Amino acid sequence: MNDMVQPAAFAAADYKSDTKPIWCPGCGDYTVLGSLTKALARLQLAPHEVAVVSGIGCSSRIPAYTTCYGFHGVHGRALAAGTGLKVARPELTVIVAGGDGDGYSIGGNHFLHACRRNVDLTYLVMDNHVYGMTKGQASPTTEPDWDNKLAPGGTGIRSFHPLVIALASGANFVARAFSGDPNGSAEIIAQAIRHPGFSFVEILSPCVTFRPEQRQWKERVHPAAVAETDDAARAARRIMTDDGFNIGVLYAGSRPVYARRSETSATTADLEQEFAL
Amino acid sequence: MTAATAPQTIEDLMGQALQMEREAVARYTELAEMMEAHNNLEVAALFRQMAEYEGHHVAQILADMGWAEDTVTLREPGAWASPEAPESVPIDEMHYLMHPWHALQLALAAEQRAANFFDALARTGTSDGIRRAAEEMRAEELEHVALVQAWLAKVPKPAADWALDPDPPRYVD
Repeated sequence: MNDMVQPAAFAAADYKSDTKPIWCPGCGDYTVLGSLTKALARLQLAPHEVAVVSGIGCSSRIPAYTTCYGFHGVHGRALAAGTGLKVARPELTVIVAGGDGDGYSIGGNHFLHACRRNVDLTYLVMDNHVYGMTKGQASPTTEPDWDNKLAPGGTGIRSFHPLVIALASGANFVARAFSGDPNGSAEIIAQAIRHPGFSFVEILSPCVTFRPEQRQWKERVHPAAVAETDDAARAARRIMTDDGFNIGVLYAGSRPVYARRSETSATTADLEQEFAL
Repeated sequence: MTAATAPQTIEDLMGQALQMEREAVARYTELAEMMEAHNNLEVAALFRQMAEYEGHHVAQILADMGWAEDTVTLREPGAWASPEAPESVPIDEMHYLMHPWHALQLALAAEQRAANFFDALARTGTSDGIRRAAEEMRAEELEHVALVQAWLAKVPKPAADWALDPDPPRYVD
């Protein structure tokens, strides 16, 4: 047997649970789930060593579809829960997942500070530029001129730029992936998990129900022409000037990763004493 | 496929073939589950059957190569020209009201892509052994193409308004 084929303890299917996704047929989130399970198989992480944490929305259903530990939390608070989990249980690989509405709108403030804290976790955002679960309202990443029944003529509001915000806020790894390239996305997710600190992967994941025109994304995406950089200023220039369909790792830095202080400041008995009546 | 990712040995070639067939099984299974979740049971059954066919290919490759069931392939990025393995049906082609005719059209295209993949290797493989093995794989894929074509001949083409749903599960208020 050569280096092309090897026996392995875990295959991608081992990370998929018996709960079947109920996303719309054609939704990009199916292949993101596949990419996540492939990434975990590449890293040969045991399912019990991984926790998948989410908020609310179509994509936030993802923890139930894996055999890893899962936490389906409240709207916009996935990063808060994931950060707490990682700090309390640093031996776990923590993956936080959700959508653009959950992560950039109600969860926007958590996003900024999760980047800034640089705790060693991976944040996957399945971005379809729309609130799908609640029937197609404009989200923070929706184009200002997206004409629809709920916002005739478009909202006229400038789109949020998550990759630049992540970089400026302190994320240590910034990448863009595309659900239509599940193997490429799996490789990017695996790199994100391996990279120390807060790793942010923006995954373009079409909503075929409310944004059917996003099926054309597969014609627009292209691999990043330039290799990843560890220079944040250079990465910022590239991200600010690209066309939004540049796929690959765009920044892999060496910013200091948050580390929990090892000394215990109080025992459980001490705390009970504090609250004794 | 680039020169760097072209198979250099029979094991490389069969490793790629194994991965392609496994991805096809996984995708057809995924599509079947997708359709079951949306109560399109006829199309779901069709995708299950396609998964079974591809599963036979997986078993055959493992048996021919003497590989254990837990063998995994470490595909080099760029082994296929497309982002996905040639035999995988694209997810975004799905629709909850699709008919067996649509599903078979997608399956036919996938089988044809797989045949083309091996056809290219049969012509440009780096050794006689690889070219012969690729030719055998191409012939097997063409058998699948013929099978799907025969199936398709028995399935009526849906009316133009097949996607019209007077009571859609999701619509903008």
